Amino acid sequence: MVFKPVSSPHRHGALSTARVMQWVLLALIPGIAVLTWQFGWGTLINIAIATVTALLCEAAALSLRGRPVGFYLRDYSAAVTALLLAVALPPLAPWWLVVIATASAVLIAKQVYGGLGYNPFNPAMVGYVVVLISFPLQMSSWPTPLGLLSDASQPSLGPSLAAVATGTGIDGWSGATPLDLFKHGVNGQLVSDFVAAQPLFSQALLAGLGWEWVNLAFLAGGVLLLAKGIFTWHAPVAMLGSLALMALLFWDGGSSHSGGSLLLHLFSGATMLGAFFIITDPVSSAVSTRGRLIYGALIGVLIYLIRVWGNYPDGVAFAVLLGNFAAPFIDNYTLPRSYGHSRARRATEQSK
Amino acid sequence: MRKVWQTPGGIHPAENKLQSVQQPIQPLPLPPRLWVALNQHAGAVAKPLVAVGERVLKGQMIARPQPDSGTALHAPSSGTVVAIGPHPIAHPSGLPADCIEIVCDGLEQWIDRDRHPDYRSLPRSELLVMISERGVAGLGGAGFPTAIKLASDRPIELLLINATECEPYITADDSLLRERAEQMLVGIDIASYLLGDPAERVIGIEDNKPEAIAALRTAIAARSDKAAAIELAIFPTKYPSGGEKQLIQIVTGRELPSGALPAELGIVCQNVGTLYALKRAIVDGEPLISRITTVTGKACLRNGNYETLIGTPVSALLGHNQLQPQRLARLIMGGPMMGVALPSSELPTVKTSNCFIAADASEVAPEQPAQPCIRCGLCAEACPASLLPQQLYWHAQSQQHEKLEAHNLFDCIECGACSYVCPSNIPLVQYFRAGKGEIRQQRAEKAKSDFARERFEFRQQRLEQQERDKQAKREARKLAAEQAKAAQAQGDNGAAEDNSAAALIAAAQARAAARMASPQQQRDKLTRAITSSRARLQAAEDKLTQAQHDGADHSQLQALQAAQAAAAQKLQLAEQKLAELAATDSASSSDASAAPELDAASRAIAKARDSAAAREAMSPSEKMASDLAALDKRLAKLQEKLELCEDSEQRQLLESSAAKLQAKRDALHTSSQGDQHGI
Repeated sequence: MVFKPVSSPHRHGALSTARVMQWVLLALIPGIAVLTWQFGWGTLINIAIATVTALLCEAAALSLRGRPVGFYLRDYSAAVTALLLAVALPPLAPWWLVVIATASAVLIAKQVYGGLGYNPFNPAMVGYVVVLISFPLQMSSWPTPLGLLSDASQPSLGPSLAAVATGTGIDGWSGATPLDLFKHGVNGQLVSDFVAAQPLFSQALLAGLGWEWVNLAFLAGGVLLLAKGIFTWHAPVAMLGSLALMALLFWDGGSSHSGGSLLLHLFSGATMLGAFFIITDPVSSAVSTRGRLIYGALIGVLIYLIRVWGNYPDGVAFAVLLGNFAAPFIDNYTLPRSYGHSRARRATEQSK
Repeated sequence: MRKVWQTPGGIHPAENKLQSVQQPIQPLPLPPRLWVALNQHAGAVAKPLVAVGERVLKGQMIARPQPDSGTALHAPSSGTVVAIGPHPIAHPSGLPADCIEIVCDGLEQWIDRDRHPDYRSLPRSELLVMISERGVAGLGGAGFPTAIKLASDRPIELLLINATECEPYITADDSLLRERAEQMLVGIDIASYLLGDPAERVIGIEDNKPEAIAALRTAIAARSDKAAAIELAIFPTKYPSGGEKQLIQIVTGRELPSGALPAELGIVCQNVGTLYALKRAIVDGEPLISRITTVTGKACLRNGNYETLIGTPVSALLGHNQLQPQRLARLIMGGPMMGVALPSSELPTVKTSNCFIAADASEVAPEQPAQPCIRCGLCAEACPASLLPQQLYWHAQSQQHEKLEAHNLFDCIECGACSYVCPSNIPLVQYFRAGKGEIRQQRAEKAKSDFARERFEFRQQRLEQQERDKQAKREARKLAAEQAKAAQAQGDNGAAEDNSAAALIAAAQARAAARMASPQQQRDKLTRAITSSRARLQAAEDKLTQAQHDGADHSQLQALQAAQAAAAQKLQLAEQKLAELAATDSASSSDASAAPELDAASRAIAKARDSAAAREAMSPSEKMASDLAALDKRLAKLQEKLELCEDSEQRQLLESSAAKLQAKRDALHTSSQGDQHGI
């Protein structure tokens, strides 16, 4: 008997990249459910458009690059990018907006750099920022959450599809997000007065009607992934911690100059989506645990800075991209202390 | 129970240990042939001590190691050596290596076993030699010679016994402890004695071996009161807790500094199988000729542990366990995490063969193409050395060796935990092995080129120095000649008070004194030579008469006669030289008294001046003719030398210079002919 030479180890754990991606998709389900419950069919339509676009773009790019298409499509990474974009984009956004965002994410942010594993920036966030800068109007019109609608129901599937197809939106259905409202509305008032006057805040439990549930759902999904060991706690906890710290530091008790309460920052906008689904993208983040703590904390601070002093009501996408820029630099200085060494080394060290 | 520490990383692969511990350790039927590999593990190859056709006894030493590396090899059974030559061995390359092939006679006839149950009465050095001669090597991993490890010259505080056996499937140590724990404890005592009775003896064992732990507890309790205490350190099962570095961390909480040996921390680690072999070697006088080997895997109908003779063909082991060849997907020696896939089953076992896994398709990872690394970091979480495998992989791929070293590649223990967890199925360990290999090769090449450069620079320096010395000598000689001339002229002019002239005279006197001293020395030397030559001649003559008297054979007589003749000739030569010296001495002393101012330099100058003047006076054709004559003379001398010369190297040298001279002479000859013909 003669056998082929193979290298040890001869056994392999159960986890595969496809399985990792599948867990991420699974963990998005609570968030998608709450988004659909609060804002209607729009999110599901986004998901359909984004997924088809992503898979087509990925397949086209792979065949142009002469890579085995089936093998790479089966890693589910394009689907994850599509879903993350779909939940980040406003429901009932025009179809072309979703297509442009997804195509930018898959083609420019991912395949141009060499596909999965080689992209320096988070593809979903690149796609999001492309359309955020290019189409600010469409990007700022979110549907009104369920609790503020007079008849307590979102438009049905037919009108929703029509709105997406024509790109006209549905009159009277869109409104400001909590972060948007707070940023542009609080001028000259005490926060407590402002909150009392706005039903979006006054009727909410934590931070903003509808949005608080969305964030709690993403938090739940994130905890599931943590429990399954898909990623470690370091980056999310550091990001939420630094964001909370900033909110507490600059909270002056509720004058018009306060940057918003701790709860507003933690449970509105894309905070939880960002903390558990965006910055945990391993490809574009720092690699060591220490590195991920710094990386997460940096993004948390940037989110607060952009939200409070920037032009945009939410800053997760920009903060994440800036964090991606910093990740390789962070990596150079955050090597773990290896066994048998008295101190951690630097990646830039010259060997003797 | 002893406190244990946590280690970072680690994985929990399926253990698969139960199937091979259902029965006690069993003997194997004696195979008809055994192949003892001369190279049992990394390091130098042992030298055979037996010849083909020789009959050997069980336990007889058949190969000796190179000094300080490797261990002695012994015949695993009695029989006849039928071949010493290349045979496939258990190495992933599948390349054959030299083995001693023994056909067993089935008599199992032992050598005279030299038993030492009273080993504490033997000096340590003697015991160490005994361990080395009886072939005891580390049976847990690399087969490092045990005697070298136990000969530590550093003070040892902890003897750490490794009973971890953290690799899945393997149960050789487990079954050994279940059945022979008390013998292993004797091995601990021997090692302890050799290490100067360290303060602590600790057995490290994972909690997945309750039977072995119970057996150890019983055996420890049954020891005599005066024996030194042995502690148990029981820790949760996690791969790779049995790595030496990991075990040290678990048991002591300390880390072995990068690149250091455990002895530097006052620790010596020994595997339980090794300690058992140590007991057998010393107390029972049985060299290491067998070990316990696990045979497992779903392609074998029977799984179990066997007392296996070193050199048993793997196919015999598997056949005894009812191997189903059609189910066999991979044959692994060692565990599934670090074991090597064997190229064939027609190989002999070696001292480190702790386990053979005849794996079916469900037991090995299916071969899949690797996906891109998504830097998920699972590998870094699993790494017991706290490295960043994903970064190492990145740099290994692009062969950035500096970066690899900055990321501590050489602290990787190649345990395979990172490859095991990698969701993208990347063979990380393979990349790291390759990276280490490349860096090692690069270092070796650099060392080699550095050495070559140094040697070249040194040679250049030496040549320059020689040239400078020559130049200095030439100048000094010239200066001396000029000054001598000047002094002579000044002497003629009656103005010899000049400082330089005085110095010159002093120098000339010194030289004369030196010349006077040297004949004296020469004379002494020659006298000595004569005395010793005479003695030698006397001895040679004595021998010759003795040999003639004893009636030695012709060639011997001839040799003795030649020796006697040579001694006589030497004596004659020395005597002759002495006579010559005496003659020249008297001549030169009279010479010196006659013309003390005429030193060698000025004599040479005068001679050169004369010959130059003579040449000046010659016509070109005469000049050429004289050159030709000189060359002919040199050539003749050379030929003469050549005929006498016997050393081939020197002969070559002479021949080449003769050829050169001949060429010079021919050229001169043609041009002189040309001159004569007016061309």
